[in-house]
Amino acid sequence: MRTMRAGDPYRHVLAQRLSRRHVLSRVAALGLALSAVSALLAACARQQATPTQPPAAQPTATPTTAAAETPAAAETPRATPTVVTTPETTYSLENPPQVFNADRAKQYSGATLTYYGDSVGIGAEMDTALAGAFTAATGITVNVVPKPESATENYAAYQRFFAAQSPDVDVMMIDVIWPGAFAPHLLDLSQALGEEAKAHYETIIENNTVDGKLVGMPWFGDFGMLYYRTDLLEKYGFSDPPETWDELEEMAKTIVGGERAANPNFAGFVFQGNAYEGLTCDALEWLASSGGGRFVENGQVTINNPQAAAILNKARGWVGTIAPQGVTTYQEEDARQVFQGGNSAFMRNWPYAYALGNSQDSPIRGVFDVAPLPAQPGNPHVGTVGGWQLGVSRYSRAPEAAIEFVRYMASPEVQTWRAVLGSFVPTIPEVAAKPEVIQAMPFLEPMEAVERVTRPSREAGERYNEVSTVIFQGVNRILTGQDAAQVLPQVAQQLERILG
Amino acid sequence: MGRPVIAEPRRAALPLRRWQAMTLAERQAWLAWLFLLPALLVVVGVAMVPLAQTVYFSFTDKRLGALRPAQWVGLENFRFLLTDPLWWTAVKVTVQFTLITVAFEFLLGLLIALVVNSRFPGRGPMRAAMLVPWAIPTVLSAQMWKWMYNDIFGVINDLLKRAGLIEQNIAWLARPDTSLLAVASIDIWKTTPFVALLLLAGLQVIPDELYEAATVDGANKVRQFFTITLPLLRPAIVVALIFRTLDALRVFDVFYVLFGARPDMQTMAVYAQNYIVAFSDVGYGSAISVAIFLVIAIFVVAYVTTLKVEVQT
Repeated sequence: MRTMRAGDPYRHVLAQRLSRRHVLSRVAALGLALSAVSALLAACARQQATPTQPPAAQPTATPTTAAAETPAAAETPRATPTVVTTPETTYSLENPPQVFNADRAKQYSGATLTYYGDSVGIGAEMDTALAGAFTAATGITVNVVPKPESATENYAAYQRFFAAQSPDVDVMMIDVIWPGAFAPHLLDLSQALGEEAKAHYETIIENNTVDGKLVGMPWFGDFGMLYYRTDLLEKYGFSDPPETWDELEEMAKTIVGGERAANPNFAGFVFQGNAYEGLTCDALEWLASSGGGRFVENGQVTINNPQAAAILNKARGWVGTIAPQGVTTYQEEDARQVFQGGNSAFMRNWPYAYALGNSQDSPIRGVFDVAPLPAQPGNPHVGTVGGWQLGVSRYSRAPEAAIEFVRYMASPEVQTWRAVLGSFVPTIPEVAAKPEVIQAMPFLEPMEAVERVTRPSREAGERYNEVSTVIFQGVNRILTGQDAAQVLPQVAQQLERILG
Repeated sequence: MGRPVIAEPRRAALPLRRWQAMTLAERQAWLAWLFLLPALLVVVGVAMVPLAQTVYFSFTDKRLGALRPAQWVGLENFRFLLTDPLWWTAVKVTVQFTLITVAFEFLLGLLIALVVNSRFPGRGPMRAAMLVPWAIPTVLSAQMWKWMYNDIFGVINDLLKRAGLIEQNIAWLARPDTSLLAVASIDIWKTTPFVALLLLAGLQVIPDELYEAATVDGANKVRQFFTITLPLLRPAIVVALIFRTLDALRVFDVFYVLFGARPDMQTMAVYAQNYIVAFSDVGYGSAISVAIFLVIAIFVVAYVTTLKVEVQT
């Protein structure tokens, strides 16, 4: 009856059959094994229980490496004045545009809205000012809640709201790559705001339309462009920025050859080569500007084609020659630091780098300009679309009031105000053409004719992050040395499995 | 068996009767289990239940935020896992990283522990200073090292160039042949102090008399190290190695900061995080977690068996 079990040191002691030291060592071993196992289990459990961003370092406001990140140009500091005066209007933070739809919105007076808006910088201040004006004019209370700063965390937060069908959020900022994933949870705005939507860029409206439902009103935009050093181009006898990728390659080679003597670190061209969302954007531009398609078109995976392989192998040839070898680790800010430090002749980046490059302490202030990204002969100049939309949750308790708020926020009046004061790129061509907006963002004019290309987020829906990861991991493998002709078939196969 | 017991008249006292029938040792054993019960419940609640749930999810296609309920998919997740080259790359990277870092951390940690265990002026501040790398949160130190390794303005390239060791800047974190060594060196820098601390504790319990006796017997320092220090330090060494190995196998932060989702430099944990957080694929993510658990279990079993051998000799 009183059998002695091996793993019961307590009884061994009682039975006086083991020395204290033996027991201690066994207990210690057991404790070690247990704590190791429980630490492990806790790690697994944590991963599962909280789908939020791990403690990734975000020293700058640039996207980190997680797949759901998207270039967050809006979150960078802006060197903008607080008051801008034109003959007709004075733009200031204290004086947001008049609420033109107040009469219509007043019927929902007394409703309360929660709006997940900008979290940092001037964007947050502007949100508060706009919400205040809207409340004063309509009697609809708007609580502005700063959304999580990291796009990954933001994505996860919305996912939890929607999974719980929570009415705690009514209006929210939606990244340009999210409509496909969140469409089932967002209101169709095409009835209420279809007329207004016609004023916006067609590609963005198309991007925000899922199965015929308009799930987000474009709010501000972003697109890839080519930054170049005017002084260096002139020094080496080039009159215009490069038209084609081949031209860029040649010009960069010439400039690097001349500049390396004085500056051994000088690079010709920097871009976003790290394995993250930014590389998907860059690769889309390379492909779309050279007849290589847009990864996925009309439900068909098209990434595996000779033109795509050719341009990607060409990009592979840049690494270590006209681009620094480290470019395969660069994100937006890494590229910007190299370019702004005067160490590169060309850079692909978003509009946010423009204001920073022209800031007081910038070494390249006044000696750079922007142009459309190069395109191979016979192909259009393109720029990948980034930016944010305003969506209304399907679980909102006051959808009509929320729609009126979106009508105000996405209007040409508010977009002009935000463009002039905050350098937020408008999504309405008419606004982009206004002189005061062009004065705030001189690059808008040359970029007007550029074709805006969108990532395949609508096709991929909730699996967009997987699709993008397969793409940027494949392209990164090419950039670090593998042959595109071998990698692309694998990428295509993986994409077909995800989308199939 | 128990002593004869006088029958109790009341039925409610049945457990009491059984209790009285026990020997003192049996009673104490029962009491011990009773006192351990709350702790066991906590362990079950925070460790066993989530583990069971993870194992269950690994056989489903559960997704976060999906509108349809999860479905049982059997071994499909594991079949995909075993055929995914990225997973095997992740296993390879993680195991290589573990072997390199644990070996170096052990050797350097032992060296440092021996140094700070000897008596010299300023030993106290030295012991404190030694712990600085360990005290910095990994995400911060990883970011710091990322800048130091930068190919254009990194201080490491600058120093090497000034010393005349290299002519061209090296993209340490971009080149496949230097990436793993670069990240391993960060972990070695950070964690060697921890190993040194564990070994120092082991060194301090070795009685001085043993060394005195050895000196009297004419054993030199090297002989003393191998016949006294090393054998007596063995328990501390085993503890340090187990801790470090398990930590290294679970490594996430430093790789995530340095390489993100770079396909050739993912660890098992980064691979899992990508699926669970970025892709919301809880089902497959759970399968990865189970696989990581099994890989680490192999190491645990290996260590614990060697530990047992040690106890019996």
